[in-house]
Amino acid sequence: MSHEHEHAKEPLHVHRNPPRPDQDDTLTYYRAMEAAVRELLIDKGVITAEDVRRQVEDLDGRNAGRGAQMVARAWLDPAYKERMLADGAEAAEEIGFDVGPLKLIVVENTPGVHNVIVCTLCSCYPRMLLGLPPDWYKSRNYRSRVVREPRRVLAEFGTVIPDDVQIRVHDSTADMRYLVAPMRPEGTENWSEAELARLVTRDSMIGVALADRASR
Amino acid sequence: MNSAARSKSSGTAKSNVADAVAPRFHVGDRVTVRAAYPIGHVRTPSYVRGKHGVIERLCGTYPNPEELAYARPGLPKLPLYRVRFLQRDVWPDYTGQPADVVEVEIYQHWLETEGQAR
Repeated sequence: MSHEHEHAKEPLHVHRNPPRPDQDDTLTYYRAMEAAVRELLIDKGVITAEDVRRQVEDLDGRNAGRGAQMVARAWLDPAYKERMLADGAEAAEEIGFDVGPLKLIVVENTPGVHNVIVCTLCSCYPRMLLGLPPDWYKSRNYRSRVVREPRRVLAEFGTVIPDDVQIRVHDSTADMRYLVAPMRPEGTENWSEAELARLVTRDSMIGVALADRASR
Repeated sequence: MNSAARSKSSGTAKSNVADAVAPRFHVGDRVTVRAAYPIGHVRTPSYVRGKHGVIERLCGTYPNPEELAYARPGLPKLPLYRVRFLQRDVWPDYTGQPADVVEVEIYQHWLETEGQAR
C-alpha cells in the first residue's frame, strides 16, 4: 500500500508530530554536579568556558579516520604493521596521533581468525582513534550477547563468519583498549593509502563488519 | 611520547618497580579464575569466575582498580593479564564453533594455577 493511498483513506489526518524533547532538559543529580563543578572551576579561574568548549569540540571531532589511516598504512607497510601489532599506541603516535596514556592492542584479522571488540562491564572504546562509540556498542543487548553468541550477533550486522574461521571476542575489562585490523580486500593492489583508508570503516575496526570494496 | 613517558603518566609520578607485585604467571600457563563474589567495584566479569583459561599475555602492572574506585592509591600495582578462554568452557550451551575464544583482562589476584584453585 502506498503512502499516498494510506492518506487518501484518511483525508482529515493531519501530521502534528510532537516536538522532540531535549535530551538534557532534566536536571539529574550528575548534571547538577557537572554544572556546579564546571562553574566553580570557571569562577576560580582554573579553566575557562572556552577551554570546556574546545575540549568538547575536540572530542566530537575525533572519528574513525585515525584508526583507518593506521590500518591502511599497515596494509601497505609490513614493518609498520609489525610495530602496530607489537605496540598500538606507539604506532598511533608514529603517525601523529597523540593517544595520551592509552594502552592499545591491535588485533589482526586473518583468513583463519576474526576478532570482535566489546566491553561487557561498561563501554570502554578506543575513542582517541575511533571517536565516540555508537549507541549500540553501549547497549546491554550488544554487550551481553556478543560475548556469548558472537556469530549470531555478527550475522545480525550482516557479517557471516565461516565455520572454519575462529572467532576471538576481546572483552575490554580493564586498562587495555582494542582495535581490529580488518583484512585488506582483494582487488586493491595498486591503491593509495588514502584510497585504502576509505575502506576501513568504524564497524570494521570494532569487528562487526569486514573492510569491503563496497563500503567505499 | 615514548613508551617510558607513557608508562610514567599511567601511574603515579614516583612509581617504580618496587611499587609493583611481581608477575607469577607466564604466557601459556593454565589458570583458573577465583570463584569469588566480593561486594564493591570489581573488574573481573562474573561469566569467567571459576572458569579455566590460558595466559595470552602480560599487559603490564597497573594500580588495583578495586582500590582506585574508592579514591585509594591502589598500590602496589598488580600484574594484569589477558586470559584466553574457550567459549565452550565459558558457556556450556555455546552454539558457535569449538575453536571460538573469548579473551578477558584479569588482574593477578583473581588467578590461581589450574588445579590449585582454592
